[in-house]
Amino acid sequence: MTAWTHEPAHAIAAAVRSGQVSARQVALQHLALIAGRNDELRAFTDVTRDRALAAADAIDARRARGEALPPLAGVPFAVKNLFDITGLTTRAGSKINRENAPSARDATLVARMEAAGAILLGGLNMGEYAYDFTGRNAHDGHSRNPHDVARMTGGSSGGCGGATAAGLAAIALGSDTNGSIRVPASLCGLFGLKPTYGALSRAGAFPFVASLDHVGPLARSAMDLALAYDAMRGPDPRDPLCVGDMGPATLPTLQAGIGDLRIARAGGYFGRTGAPEAFAAVDAVATALGAAETIELPEAHRARAAGFIITMIEGAALHRERLRERAHDFDPEVRDRLIAGAMLPGQWYVAAQKFRRWYQAQVLRLFESTDLILAPATPATAPLVDQRTFVLDGRELPVRANLGIFTQPISFIGLPVVSVPVWPRRGMPIGVQIIAAPGREDLALRAAHWLERQGVVRSPVAAA
Amino acid sequence: MTDAPEFDPKSYAQVMAAALGLPLPAAFAPAVEANLAIAFALAPLFLEFPLPDDQEPAPVFTAGSVDP
Repeated sequence: MTAWTHEPAHAIAAAVRSGQVSARQVALQHLALIAGRNDELRAFTDVTRDRALAAADAIDARRARGEALPPLAGVPFAVKNLFDITGLTTRAGSKINRENAPSARDATLVARMEAAGAILLGGLNMGEYAYDFTGRNAHDGHSRNPHDVARMTGGSSGGCGGATAAGLAAIALGSDTNGSIRVPASLCGLFGLKPTYGALSRAGAFPFVASLDHVGPLARSAMDLALAYDAMRGPDPRDPLCVGDMGPATLPTLQAGIGDLRIARAGGYFGRTGAPEAFAAVDAVATALGAAETIELPEAHRARAAGFIITMIEGAALHRERLRERAHDFDPEVRDRLIAGAMLPGQWYVAAQKFRRWYQAQVLRLFESTDLILAPATPATAPLVDQRTFVLDGRELPVRANLGIFTQPISFIGLPVVSVPVWPRRGMPIGVQIIAAPGREDLALRAAHWLERQGVVRSPVAAA
Repeated sequence: MTDAPEFDPKSYAQVMAAALGLPLPAAFAPAVEANLAIAFALAPLFLEFPLPDDQEPAPVFTAGSVDP
């Protein structure tokens, strides 16, 4: 019997469409695996079993009636628990928010995935209020990396990383303010898409830093990212930032190859403060893509600093009253950063936002002569779950604040990125960012798909 | 131009917590101070970068429109 939990989303959808397997059978296999693995992995916080089976039965009924099935028919997916799911309380990784009333409607992206035939399996663990790069959570337990459960998933979309890498879901939806899709994709050996800022609706997703919040999919193939992205894109009156199509659809050209693409690797800031395997992964991808040129993203270290400060100040502003009234109910690792953020000068925020526009203009200029830019996704492979520091370039640095040093300067200006998983000869996977101009998710996904076809990047389900 | 006084996260945290009504029990204080130290180390990287007065900040607000 085929283990559909180990198949990518596009293969599941094709099998359901052809009648090789029923959507119900696919859902049942995933639900069984969740029941068997979730206590250890701490990936799911809520399982929507009844909803999943009802949706699967509806897909099977449509097929029985001879209807054409939508592109993600029968594909099991799950969402970071900051996305609203009708009838469930949106935790956002917190203890405090679970006192809220259950959601009255689904987040826009949940509804769009279901409209495309995908089957919602539930909500996924995350770092509290998304202020996290580790996947640790004091309330729901720390997410565990399926490729080595002693290691962290990365965060804050930690449950997305764990669930997808373990085969508990074929696609997960996460959020990425400074790297929270790309960091778990890197540490868990997955493909992750952080789209252009504003390209996917954030409606019904609990916010963190409105200036920087993105949402997007993680999956085990580039084609699955393309399927999900194309199914979810488009304007949404519920999100004032999501005002229109920001580029071409990605599926039509996914298999067009890389012959016409100008690809460079980022040097300078992106070539230091990392473990050797981070740069070896970029070497492997750059060599395969024929990216001989190295270019500099000017002042990237200042961009990272400005993004860091905007995050502290906006995050603290969002949680100001909760910090004053409910400080002891926060995850301590998140609370203390938020309290510090509440104490920072307002002028810093404006200066950071001015720098942001200056930096954006400099980086966009690079795309006049380049289509894609390569950079490490994380400075190291997955640290141990309780590891507090790591040594990078001879300096001992906090893990929590530094796992995102390579992702932060990119999301800071909203560029689309696909993180692709590279496997060293031994040990854990690590990601490489393929960065494109705004609205050119299609180009980054083309390169990711081509690398996958060449066997340079891959995303196997972790052995149980 | 005079050098800025050396940043003291402990006294800064105490003053700001009192002024803003933020909790700062002994159990929180060391980590809050450590995070302030990180912020004060990072902020000069963009604060000291020269930009013109008319540099527009990143967020752009539009007044919107109504149907006549």
